[in-house]
Amino acid sequence: MRAKISRRTLLKGLVAAMASTISMAPSRKSSAHDFQGYETNRGVLVDVSRCVGCRSCEVACSREHGLAPPPGLVDNYRLLDQQQQGMRRTDQNAFTVVNRHESPLLTHPLFKKTQCNHCLEPACLTACFVNAYTKTPEGAVIYDADVCVGCRTCMVACPFSIPAFKYDSAFAPQIMKCNFCFDTRLSRGRPPACVEACPMEALTFGYRNDLLRVARKRIRDTPGRYEKAVYGEFEAGGTSWLYISPVPFEQAGFDIHVPRQPILNYVKDFLAVVPMVLTIWPGLFAGIYLLARANKTHKNTNDHEDVSDETSER
Amino acid sequence: MKPVSANITDAVGQATIVSGSHRGLLDKIFLGLSIRNYLGQLLTNPVNWILGLILAIGIPLLCQRYLFGLQAITHGSQDYPWGILLGFGLFGMVPLSASGFLLSTTVEIFRRDDFLPIERLALLNGLLGYFFAVVFLLVDLGMPWRLTYPMVVSFGPAAVLFLVAWHVATYLSVQIAEMLPAVSEWADWPGLKRFIKKITLGLTIAGIILSTLHQGALGALFCYAPAKIHPLWIAPEFQWLHFFVSSIFAGLCMVIVVSWLVKHTMTWRCDRRYLSTLDGITLGLAKGAALAMITYLVIKLVAVAHDQEWLLLISGWGLYYLLELGLGTVVPLVIFAYGVRHSRVTMVRWGALLAVAGIVWNRLNTVLICYNYRLHQEIPYWKELWVVLTVLGFYFIVYRFILYRIPVLFRWRQ
Ligand code: SF4
Ligand code: SF4
Repeated sequence: MRAKISRRTLLKGLVAAMASTISMAPSRKSSAHDFQGYETNRGVLVDVSRCVGCRSCEVACSREHGLAPPPGLVDNYRLLDQQQQGMRRTDQNAFTVVNRHESPLLTHPLFKKTQCNHCLEPACLTACFVNAYTKTPEGAVIYDADVCVGCRTCMVACPFSIPAFKYDSAFAPQIMKCNFCFDTRLSRGRPPACVEACPMEALTFGYRNDLLRVARKRIRDTPGRYEKAVYGEFEAGGTSWLYISPVPFEQAGFDIHVPRQPILNYVKDFLAVVPMVLTIWPGLFAGIYLLARANKTHKNTNDHEDVSDETSER
Repeated sequence: MKPVSANITDAVGQATIVSGSHRGLLDKIFLGLSIRNYLGQLLTNPVNWILGLILAIGIPLLCQRYLFGLQAITHGSQDYPWGILLGFGLFGMVPLSASGFLLSTTVEIFRRDDFLPIERLALLNGLLGYFFAVVFLLVDLGMPWRLTYPMVVSFGPAAVLFLVAWHVATYLSVQIAEMLPAVSEWADWPGLKRFIKKITLGLTIAGIILSTLHQGALGALFCYAPAKIHPLWIAPEFQWLHFFVSSIFAGLCMVIVVSWLVKHTMTWRCDRRYLSTLDGITLGLAKGAALAMITYLVIKLVAVAHDQEWLLLISGWGLYYLLELGLGTVVPLVIFAYGVRHSRVTMVRWGALLAVAGIVWNRLNTVLICYNYRLHQEIPYWKELWVVLTVLGFYFIVYRFILYRIPVLFRWRQ
C-alpha cells in the first residue's frame, strides 16, 4: 500500500522533472547567440610576405616583459636554420617566436611570427575552471596568476598551443603567455612592443574590423601576391591577430587543422546533458528503487529466511 | 607468509570472541598483536620490502618535486601539459573507482541482495580510488595549495573541469559517508550507523548523479582539444558517453580483480559468507560488465560512423585503435561470455584484469599517445613514472591497512 502511494508521488516528481527539463531547453537555445566580439577589439595584421626574420619583435617582447633575451641573436640565420628540424614554440621564456618555413612555391624562405592570437572566444578562457583569463574590451586575453591553480587545461584547450607553464618554479609557477602588452600599452591605446619594433612594417596594429578591410584590400590590390584568405578571420571562431600569406597557409607554418568554430562549441553537447541528468536521474532511480523494494517485500512474505535475515541486518 | 597470517588469524580469532566488550583501540589497530609482534610481522613480509624500496626512492623524488617544481620530476613539456601523472592518476584511476556507485546502486536501488557481500569492498575501492586520484592531482597541479580555489575563491562555472572539481569533491564526501557504517561498527559508534542508514537512499542516488556527470565530464574535457587528439580517440558528441559507459565495466572489472586478489592474499580476513559467495558474485559482475562492454562497442562504432572515419581505420593509427579495442574490450567480452556460460570463474577473473588494463590503456592513449599525434611523442621521464609508482604504493598500503581492520570483507560480530 505504502509503496503504491509513494510510487504515485514519485510519478508526479518525474513528470515535474521532465517538464522542467523541457522548459529549460528553449531558453538555452535563445541564449546561444553568435558572439561577434567587441566593436573595440584591437588586433594586429601580420603580413607574412614582409617579414624578413630579423626577430626584432622577439627582442622587444622579452625586454618589455622582462624575460630572458631570445637565444641565437648573434647568429640569427643559423638558429632559424636549425628550426627546420623542430619549430620553436612559445614557452616560459618567450611569448613570441619567429620560425622559418620553406615553401616549394617560392625560391626564398618565409618567416612566421607566433604569439597568442587573442581569440574572440578564447578556448583558454572557456576551459579555465577558476576564471583566470579575461577578454578585455580592447581585445586582449589576459591572465591572472593569483587565482590560477596550475591544472594546465588552458594549454590543452588552446588550439594554437600558446600558453606555456613555468614548470621550473616550485612556489610561484604560472602560465606564461603574450598579453598584448595590455598593462603597459594596449590599455592606453598604444600598439604592443613587437609592432613598434618591426622594421619591415610586417605588423599593422588597429581595430580588428579595420584590419580585416586592410587585409582584403591588399589581397585585392596585388593580385597573385597573396592567398585569397585571411587566417584568423574564422579560425577558432575568429582571432584578433590576423595573417595574410603569399603561399597556402600550411606551407607557411600555420596549423590548418584549427577548427573554424569556437572551441566552446565542442563542449556544449556535454554541458547540455548536465541539467538533464540532474533532473531525470533522481526520479528515475527512486522509481526503480520503489519497484525493486515492492518486489522484495513480496518475495520475503513467501519464504526466504535467508534474504530477510540479510535485510534486517542492514 | 603462512605462519604470519596464521598468527594474525589466531589473534583476530581470539579478539573477535572478546569483541563487543571493551577492545582497546590499540588492540584494534594492531590486530590484537603486541606492537613488537606487529612490527615483526611487517618486516617478514616480502611485499613490504618491495614497498619499502619503492618509497625509499619515491619519497625523495616527491620532496624534489615540491622543492624544485614539476620540472624536477617530469619533462615539463609545453606540448604535453598532462603527463602520465594525470593520465594514469586521474583519468585512469577514476573509471576504475566507479565500483562504489555501481555496487551501491545494485544493492540499494535494484535491491540485489546477492551482491551484498561485496558491496563494502566496492565502496572502499571507489573511495580510495577517488582519494588517490586527488593525491595524484596534488602532485601534478602547479599550485596544489590552491586545490580548493574553484570551490571558494574564483569560479569558472562554464568550464568542464569546474564540474569535475565540484563533483569529485562532493562525491568524495558521499563515499566517505557510505563507508561510515563500516567504520562505526569497528569503532563502536552505533548511532552513526543508524543515521547513515536513514540517508542511504539519498546518498546512493546522489552517487549515481555525480558519477554519471563527472565520469562523463572527464571525457568531455578532451572536447577542448578536438583537433589535437587523433580523430579516432575523440568524438565531441559522444566523448562523455564513451567515458561514462566504459567506466561502468571498468569499475565492475576492478571489483572482480580486487576481490580475487583479496581472496587469495587475505583469506584469513574474509568471512565464510564472502568466500562462499564470491564465485557467484564474480560471474554476476562479469555479466553486468559484458552488457556495458557491448554498449561501449556499439557507441564506439556509432562515433566512427558519425564522423565518417572508416578510412582512418586502415591507417597505422587505425590498427592501433583496433588493437586497443580488441585487446581491451572485445577479448575480455568474449572471455566473459564464455566464462559466464560455463562458470569458469578463474577465466573470468583474468578477463577482468585484461579489461582493467584496457581501460587504463585507453585513457593513456587519449591523454598522451594520441594527443598531439602530429607532433613528437612524449616519453615520460623515469622519475615521473616512479612517482606514479610511489603514490600507488601509498594506495596499496592504505587499502591493505583498512581491509585488515574495518569490516569490509567480514561482518562484525556483536
Ligand atoms: S591563442 Fe590560445 S592562449 Fe591566445 S587567446 Fe586564443 S586560446 Fe587563448
Ligand atoms: S592552468 Fe591556471 S589558467 Fe590554465 S586552466 Fe588551469 S587554473 Fe586556469
